[in-house]
Amino acid sequence: MSQDAGQVANDGAVNELINDWADDKEVFRVHWGKAMMWIFLLSDTFIFTSFLTGYMKIRASSTIPWPNSSEIFALSFGGDPIPLILIAIMTFVLITSSGTMALAVNYGYRRDRKKTATLLFITAAFGLLFVGMQAFEWTKLIVDEGIRPWGNPFGAPQFGACFFMITGFHGAHVSGGVIYLTYVAIGVMNGRYEKKGYDIVEICGLYWHFVDLVWVFIFAFFYLW
Amino acid sequence: MSASDSGHQEHPLSIYLWIWILLFVLSTFSYMVDYYQLQGLWRWNLILVFMMLKAGFIVAIFMHMTWERIALISAILVPPLCLLVLIVMMSIEGQYTHSQRATFFGLQEAPVVEHHGKAEH
Repeated sequence: MSQDAGQVANDGAVNELINDWADDKEVFRVHWGKAMMWIFLLSDTFIFTSFLTGYMKIRASSTIPWPNSSEIFALSFGGDPIPLILIAIMTFVLITSSGTMALAVNYGYRRDRKKTATLLFITAAFGLLFVGMQAFEWTKLIVDEGIRPWGNPFGAPQFGACFFMITGFHGAHVSGGVIYLTYVAIGVMNGRYEKKGYDIVEICGLYWHFVDLVWVFIFAFFYLW
Repeated sequence: MSASDSGHQEHPLSIYLWIWILLFVLSTFSYMVDYYQLQGLWRWNLILVFMMLKAGFIVAIFMHMTWERIALISAILVPPLCLLVLIVMMSIEGQYTHSQRATFFGLQEAPVVEHHGKAEH
């Protein structure tokens, strides 16, 4: 697999690029599943960017003031409402899960099955916690604050449509990720990848980090902007 | 050094832990932007800076982009640049629609849709 690795190593980045694409051989010298996951994530990038761009266009077009997300997503624990606190906690939950995922990949390549499976289960649990908090957030918005896809009491009626579309699609990704992670974790536990190798842990890690990555952009553009 | 040939990504644990802490700190900072209700240019710039830093660290370290070969890096990171064209076009279009609505609905001056302006409520 690595017959001519040393040959191109010192020729610089441009030569390396040309060499990789020019030869009559596979271009990406990685596990095929990893290359495919990256291609999938690239297409997902286009989907989410299209959503966020659509949201930007709608918001820029609106002559009615956009609802103040800082107030809508505030939550009070007995005292004064704390702005955006639930979203901040959700952000930390997702980052924590990203960290445990990174560790799982690491232990996977060390073939430490027990630690890898445990870390994958923990990651999935944080994902589940995130989805649960999102369900709580949606319920609060729909039931208590009367936000609908076609209107709301706070300002521009398109707010609800953008919100449910973008966070819903992201939440669906998190839910799918939880199922994926659980499947891989069970496989690791049962030794399903002992022969095939632990690339699968890195591949599902890529997916999970991507979900976290999308949240970074949603957090900045939808909640903070 | 950047060219890993096997695609086998195994790195010291400490680097993940450091990036993890860094992401926590950056997230706290971006939350602080809202908590202290920073407004105007400061707000937009800080939000964007913290966002880009977080996204950069996730892709570079957690998703191992730093250690991949140029062929893979360019195949993944170059195509999204097309999206910048879409963003610029839709931004222009959005402002145009806004101005048309302002004219059509008979507003004398199109109010800038300022977010987080307390005065509006």
